[in-house]
Amino acid sequence: HCRMGQEERTSGGGLSTTILAIEFDGGVVLGSDSRVSAGASVVNRVMNKLSQLHDKIYCALSGSAADAQTIAEVVNYQLDVHSMEIGEDPQVRSAATLVRNISYKYKEELSAHLIVAGWDRRKGGQVYATLNGLLTRQPFAVGGSGSSYVYGFVDAEYRKGMSKEECQKFVVSTLSLAMNRDGSSGGVAYLVTIDEHCTEEKVILGNDLPTFYDQPPKYP
Amino acid sequence: MAATASMMQSFGPNLSAQNDLVPDWTRTEVSTGTTIMAVEYDGGVVIGADSRTTTGAYIANRVTDKLTPIHDRIFCCRSGSAADTQAIADVVAYQLGFHSIELDEPPLVETAAHLFKASCYRYREELTAGILVAGWDRRRGGQVYCVPIGGMLVRQPVSVGGSGSTYIYGFMDSNYKPSMSKEQCLELTATALTLAMERDGSSGGVVRLASISEDGVERRVILGNQLPKISTH
Repeated sequence: HCRMGQEERTSGGGLSTTILAIEFDGGVVLGSDSRVSAGASVVNRVMNKLSQLHDKIYCALSGSAADAQTIAEVVNYQLDVHSMEIGEDPQVRSAATLVRNISYKYKEELSAHLIVAGWDRRKGGQVYATLNGLLTRQPFAVGGSGSSYVYGFVDAEYRKGMSKEECQKFVVSTLSLAMNRDGSSGGVAYLVTIDEHCTEEKVILGNDLPTFYDQPPKYP
Repeated sequence: MAATASMMQSFGPNLSAQNDLVPDWTRTEVSTGTTIMAVEYDGGVVIGADSRTTTGAYIANRVTDKLTPIHDRIFCCRSGSAADTQAIADVVAYQLGFHSIELDEPPLVETAAHLFKASCYRYREELTAGILVAGWDRRRGGQVYCVPIGGMLVRQPVSVGGSGSTYIYGFMDSNYKPSMSKEQCLELTATALTLAMERDGSSGGVVRLASISEDGVERRVILGNQLPKISTH
């Protein structure tokens, strides 16, 4: 009954999760939690849901773990072939289109939502949402079961023209808030920052995440 | 006659399902799918709600008042079934009024909250009601009590409820700080409700606010074009 509740259909290995991606001038930041649950059990508490599609294009996985991983693997292969054919790095929009084509064609069978984000020479940093087979470019995108709890936060806090560091802080705060409220999200936060010069992967452990008014203070 | 009547009954629902003579929403229960919020500050509470009541996809009332007085300094914010919450609020207002006359002093917010809990828990199978009880009394000052569906009772410094509340948990967690002033609470509530109304189809209309303290109750309405502006637009 709820579109973000795709995880309700998956009893084995659901990536009910929190994922988000945001664009800044010159690149993108992607973030995800690390929990994979099957019913009430956490089957993996340190899963990296930010999957690489190409050197400067990543995607964030949510929904059914099997479906999402398979889509990412297939698109990774298709992108490799495509980039060899054109003889240069692929555009982010091409990667997003490949993901969208699979999501749309098999929308009845699949239960996964991938957010595609990256940097290319033509349009810089870009974020694309591919929910249910649509393709839309957005300044930022959130997804997964935990995203419902942070729509208000991201709507209020997002500003146009944030710097790279501000975007990273935005992503970490959003993940932390969602992980606190969504039972299907938790663990550590994974961050990937992509810009023209480098692609940086980072892990933020549970006790280093920001805390809020109703939590006890962190131990030193 | 009886035979014809019973035959008519069995055809009735099928007829409406198959043609559009009778729209869907005439058969849907009236619900205050909604966003409600209550915040404590030193000296009182601030409560707020949207103003949309829906039957299915039709907005039955776009200027609903979901902030219902239970006593002079005690209000409740209603979410869930409009009929259920109105009935419960009426019952509790009666019980509390009686109790206050017996005591010959203003009732405690905790008492009102427990009366809500008693009704919501006893009839939990029949009811769909999520209620926030908030007010001021001399013993403990401003208090907010949450009585969600199922009939639990818990006191919290800040609480949100209704279908739109899921979207603003993150905003509330990050923006609420203990010891905020009344003005800050009003701004927090108005912004939170605006954000929820933007994302939840069952919430909308105007924002109704009220602040309750020792000095009394102050009510205000924020119309659609006066709502805080959101940067993503």
